[in-house]
Amino acid sequence: MRLRSLRIILWIAATAAVITFLAVRWWPATDDTATADSAFMPTFALADSEGRMRTTAEFRGKFLLVFFGFTSCPDVCPTTLSEVAQVMDDLGSAAGSVQPIFISIDPERDRRLGLDDYTKAFHPAILALAGSEEDTKSAAASFKIFYEQEADTSSPDGYTMAHSPSLYLIGPDGEWLRQFTYGTSAAEIVSDLLTRL
Amino acid sequence: MKHFLLATTLIFSAPAAMACETVTIGDLTVEHAWSKATIGAGRPGVFYVEIKNSGTTDDALVGITTPAAGMPMLHETVVQDGIASMPHAMSVPVPAGQSVQLAPGGYHGMLMELTTALKEGDSFPVTLSFEKSGEVTVNVDVLSLRAEGPDCADAGQ
Ligand SMILES: [Cu+2]
Repeated sequence: MRLRSLRIILWIAATAAVITFLAVRWWPATDDTATADSAFMPTFALADSEGRMRTTAEFRGKFLLVFFGFTSCPDVCPTTLSEVAQVMDDLGSAAGSVQPIFISIDPERDRRLGLDDYTKAFHPAILALAGSEEDTKSAAASFKIFYEQEADTSSPDGYTMAHSPSLYLIGPDGEWLRQFTYGTSAAEIVSDLLTRL
Repeated sequence: MKHFLLATTLIFSAPAAMACETVTIGDLTVEHAWSKATIGAGRPGVFYVEIKNSGTTDDALVGITTPAAGMPMLHETVVQDGIASMPHAMSVPVPAGQSVQLAPGGYHGMLMELTTALKEGDSFPVTLSFEKSGEVTVNVDVLSLRAEGPDCADAGQ
């Protein structure tokens, strides 16, 4: 009897864990703004390295591979940037219909350090954006991503950024299609893209 | 064609040479030390390495120093609940009979206050301090910005 109730408790715990996992993993897609009749359409309006305002609207007709990061991040961000660069190389002639976009979540420091020479070193197709603090917050909120400045004496300038490291795929009509979690290989991303192009 | 092939072989094998060199101290084997090229010196560089403990005593990597950076530190990239962060690692455990890797997406040496930009093909020394085994210096190869690791014949995971 005790064994049986223990088993039931374990089943409940396991089910709860699975639900939590799925909720965490897929929350942007299952969020209530993404109902059947109104697609989830994340947007941004951010300055590029020349100070020109760039918005999601100007990229209609293209697939967008959007990711958030900061250039003083030596481990996670270069891995994602390299992955994206590889994707663009491997897409070959189809690369023209995909626009990769790097959105800085540390815009002030990134503008100071130089945004374009950084992302262009990975791939010339990558567009780097670093808006105002306000505009960056709006973009992150619209994409439902998390970022936060953390005080850290073991990091440059005494702070580091925690952030969502996924890649987000936006369709030609501006609709959210899916995310690629951190660590998804370039080959996997390419084969997904090729089914859509 | 033959010359071209030979030339590319040389280009690709030469930079891999040092990262593939193995240094030992006591029961510890340190190899595959590499770094990535940086854009300028204003952003931190990174240091990756593999440490194998073939002894019966646990050890730990407790610090790194290098002439290449004014403030080198051990960090760990942690991705939890979909958020990536990079806390300071006080030490990296090297348990008896096991291997640990400082590798992309996990533990890494964070090279802050670089004295100069790291260029592909360069190399620089890093001294690792272990809790029990003491200090050992390895040569670190700077690979390309997009490298995923050194290309060693024996680079098993
Ligand atoms: Cu770090």
